[in-house]
Amino acid sequence: MSDSALFHHALRLGDDALILGQRLSEWCGHAPMLEIDLALANIGLDLLGQATHFLNLAGEIEARGRDADALAFHRDVLDFRNCLLVEQPNGDFAQTIARQFLFSNWQELLMREIAAASEPRLSAIAAKAVKEIAYHAKFASEWVVRLGDGTDESRARMTAGLDWMWRFVDELFDPKDGAPSHRAEWDSRIARTLSEAGLELPKPRRGVMGGRKGHHSEHLGHLLTEMQFLQRAYPGAVW
Amino acid sequence: MSATAELSLKDRVLEILSHVPDPEIPCVSVVDLGIVRDVRENAVVITPTYTGCPATIAIEQDIRAALDGAGLSHVKIETTLTPPWTTDWISDDGRAKLRAYGIAPPPKGADKHSLRETAAECPRCGSLDTEEISRFGSTPCKSLNRCLDCQEPFDRFKCH
Repeated sequence: MSDSALFHHALRLGDDALILGQRLSEWCGHAPMLEIDLALANIGLDLLGQATHFLNLAGEIEARGRDADALAFHRDVLDFRNCLLVEQPNGDFAQTIARQFLFSNWQELLMREIAAASEPRLSAIAAKAVKEIAYHAKFASEWVVRLGDGTDESRARMTAGLDWMWRFVDELFDPKDGAPSHRAEWDSRIARTLSEAGLELPKPRRGVMGGRKGHHSEHLGHLLTEMQFLQRAYPGAVW
Repeated sequence: MSATAELSLKDRVLEILSHVPDPEIPCVSVVDLGIVRDVRENAVVITPTYTGCPATIAIEQDIRAALDGAGLSHVKIETTLTPPWTTDWISDDGRAKLRAYGIAPPPKGADKHSLRETAAECPRCGSLDTEEISRFGSTPCKSLNRCLDCQEPFDRFKCH
């Protein structure tokens, strides 16, 4: 892999984790139960840890003096390379779970692949991350079953959450972006959990793409204004 | 430097670091937890437990302060990710201290099947009749459990 390709690969992985970690942190203090509050914050924290490693590596490869903080706080929306799925708003709890379910199952398979691949710096991070992500995927899958197989209300919300997030799945498997080759395994994991939850697979719809090229939904800009507020208001502030 | 001198520096560093507590779980030291991976050629090699563990920076600062305090400012701190840390790096001594502190330690070899966890042993009464309340607890490394015999809630170190 060329340095430029490796930089972009690490940047995509880091941005996915950073943006979803930031999204999950919005739940802190607002989740339906204390245990869920802790779980979502913990998952967010794991993702921020992964983002730090991937973005530091991207900065190292780029060799222009940018570290993870510079990449997180000193870039504007068009320079982010995360997938569109992770920037989607939390919505209700079911929508958050739908996003996590689709993403963590994908990320787990992706990290497993990267951990076994030959780039040692990427695989070192992925080998650590994959163990954490297994917990995320299990947590989200259990909630899909609980909500899907719960009351009429929870089932309706779970269905709506999956329906909303489904359009962002194709982008995860776009072969142009170093996407994983495990679509079939992902499909079968998703189908297995949905069947356990008594839910139908969402109807196929035209995939929305563009995040990997910096073409983001309006939501990412709003997320960044909050995440980057301090560095925008007080450039270079440290403590 | 002779082999004996090398060994004694290593022993000395390990002795110093065995008094540096984990900031989140102060009953165990950074050596007990297996965060200190190696001491070699004037460098301490450490490894993070969880990528997002907020204690990572505090741990590095605490180790630095302990080394400086012992006149070992020339000993550097290096971080490695490989091989990734697992709960198997926690020493037997560390496991006993965790249990005494009220945290169920992970069984040895647990990282091989992290998500098919065996029943946690209640650190208070030793019962195996326990249940998991939440897979995510007060820190990234712990889950929340409850003993069905003595009714006591307790933390469990996640198998990892």
